[in-house]
Amino acid sequence: MKPPPFRYADPGSVDEALDVLAAEGDGAKVLAGGQSLLPLLAMRLAAPATLVDVNRVPGLDRVEASAGGVRVGALVRHAGLLRDTAAAEVQPLLARATADVAHPAIRNRGTTVGSIAHADPSGELTAVLALTGGSVTVARPSGRAEVGWRDLFVGPLETSLSGPAVVVDAFFPALAERSGTAFAEIARRKGDYAVCGAAVVVTLDEDRRVAAVRAAYLSVGPVPEVHDLTEAVAGKPVDSADWAAAGALARTLVDPDTDLHATADYRRLLVGVLTERTLAEAAAEAAGRTAA
Amino acid sequence: MTSIDTERTVSLTVNGVPREARVPVRRVLADALRDDLGLTGTHVGCAHGVCGSCTVLVDGEPVRSCLVLAVQVQGAAVTTVEGLARDDHRGGQVLHPVQEAFRECHALQCGFCTPGFLVTIAAGLEARDAAEEITEEEVDELVGGNLCRCTGYTNIKKAVRHAAATMREDAR
Repeated sequence: MKPPPFRYADPGSVDEALDVLAAEGDGAKVLAGGQSLLPLLAMRLAAPATLVDVNRVPGLDRVEASAGGVRVGALVRHAGLLRDTAAAEVQPLLARATADVAHPAIRNRGTTVGSIAHADPSGELTAVLALTGGSVTVARPSGRAEVGWRDLFVGPLETSLSGPAVVVDAFFPALAERSGTAFAEIARRKGDYAVCGAAVVVTLDEDRRVAAVRAAYLSVGPVPEVHDLTEAVAGKPVDSADWAAAGALARTLVDPDTDLHATADYRRLLVGVLTERTLAEAAAEAAGRTAA
Repeated sequence: MTSIDTERTVSLTVNGVPREARVPVRRVLADALRDDLGLTGTHVGCAHGVCGSCTVLVDGEPVRSCLVLAVQVQGAAVTTVEGLARDDHRGGQVLHPVQEAFRECHALQCGFCTPGFLVTIAAGLEARDAAEEITEEEVDELVGGNLCRCTGYTNIKKAVRHAAATMREDAR
């Protein structure tokens, strides 16, 4: 269908955007890449009174990679983040997960920060934000504040943000030393919503033994979940750690739902399989980054 | 003060020609191209970003024209399937290598999805190094975001390889 009628503004600064959002009230919605919001309008699942398009706001299209992490501006497209080699070096999960976001034509338009603000539990970068312990910067009329991922995601397509607010960037902390990451998802068609997905990080100690294992999952709960799987493999040499045991532990920690695409049992099975598979990959990378 | 509108005049370049249209702000680019500018080569299938039929180039990059508002392309350069053919410098036009390959390989049946495929593949092939032989992964990635319910993709993928080979020859 066609989008329902709405009013449209394309302010030239974050402050102007906040003014319009404040004046228009609860019926106003921020529009960035539009690759989730416009389908919602077309399917008449959302009918905002006013769209506040931030695409004209200068300065929001930057990726800043530093030793501490990667800050992604609100207008950085998935395709732009995917191409950013400096960002991939600081936090390799960004490119790995972004490669699984939809199709190139969607990635050319959709934004990383928009998909986080959309808070879809099947979102790749929501899981990465959670796993890396990231945060977003929220601009409000009263000023800017950092909001950690745990305080941001409330439920499916629901964040804790209310009133006039614009998410201006997202910050993903850098990959720690002696660590490796991996990302994998299962979708019915490549580029479609994941039935289940996993983002993992493995950290070794100086003797190449497993020190920490954490995993975040897509499409298994109402919000992104991070689980600590260290106890299944703690202290084991990286080459002989039993990643299947970590996968088995993960299966006991998740509580997925059944929907049209997969039963809860099948999702739990996928959690085990993807956990084992990604941990082996992440461990190999961690080993490569740890002097023998 | 930021203006808040229900209707706007949009100026853009379509296939190299400056165009202007007065549109309701809720009108998506696909509908503006078809209904306001008379360019019906762009097809609207699902109207919510899944099928890829409506794919056009905005400033050179493939995007779903059903997921972009017409007011958002103010000042942009849009290329539709009508803009793929090239001037032959003899008063006529020659098909783009991808269009030629689709004909050669019988890569369409009903043709509804074809404009989206053509635009997506043409942009994808032009963005890569033509001298390199195309891989199966690249072919899959190029066609994976567009739905075709007739062909089963075999001939479409054949056409991608054919067009890549033509463009490789041309690059020499």
